[in-house]
Amino acid sequence: MVFSKNPVTAAMFMIISLVGVAALFVLLDSFFLAVLQVLVYAGAVMVLFLFIIMLLDVGPDVAKQKITHWRFGILGVLLSSLLVVVLISLGLPSDFSGANNPSWPVLSDAISSGSESLLFSTKVSAFGYGLMTKYMLPIQIAGFMLLISMVGVIILSKKVARGEDV
Amino acid sequence: MLTVTPHHFLILAFLLVGIGFLGLLVRRNVLLMLMSLELMLNGINVALLTFSKVGNNLDGGIFVFFIMTVAAAEVAVGLALLVALYKKRNSVLSDDMAYLKN
Repeated sequence: MVFSKNPVTAAMFMIISLVGVAALFVLLDSFFLAVLQVLVYAGAVMVLFLFIIMLLDVGPDVAKQKITHWRFGILGVLLSSLLVVVLISLGLPSDFSGANNPSWPVLSDAISSGSESLLFSTKVSAFGYGLMTKYMLPIQIAGFMLLISMVGVIILSKKVARGEDV
Repeated sequence: MLTVTPHHFLILAFLLVGIGFLGLLVRRNVLLMLMSLELMLNGINVALLTFSKVGNNLDGGIFVFFIMTVAAAEVAVGLALLVALYKKRNSVLSDDMAYLKN
């Protein structure tokens, strides 16, 4: 995706990788988040991207020049591989929850009654329970933030349409 | 037989973050840079969900939900800004956006 010349091709590869991430979510027993991933990312965000690509007409003829200078390319590959190496060497925990073998814990479908800790569950009801009790304020803030971004986008595109000085 | 452990998921998540970072550094098209940013966020989501399942705690999953919300809003605002900039500069390359004034 990173090295494809045509932006539409890159977007198609991006959709493939997003659906792959949704499959990983299914493997991690989070079916609700997998559905949400396909709906929000592959459905909404990538459609928005493709729409903007076609609106701005960023075809391969516009991007005829190289995607980057080769020096920056080498530097970018070096830096990002450094990031991956550091993350893998530092970010991987040597053991999970005291046990030496990293394995999955046994899941229970019980929703914990107290709001102290929410147990991992495959059920959507556990998700909604957590959102409505422990994360009540964050979900309200998230909704308000969506409203603000919607208003911001409308204002941004309106000014451009009228031809004012932004 | 090879079984899938949390380590595999974490390595894949870090690789996704790395590929997104590479795209962010290498590409000159701002549209593609935004897309790479989405890829990084996806890698973070995979890592969060893995830890959430290993720790038997739903907080990570709920955080993934919030990250998705914020990412969707960020993409909408970023693309609107990009369209506004394109109308002004007639280009989506980051080289042409290096100056505040023309």
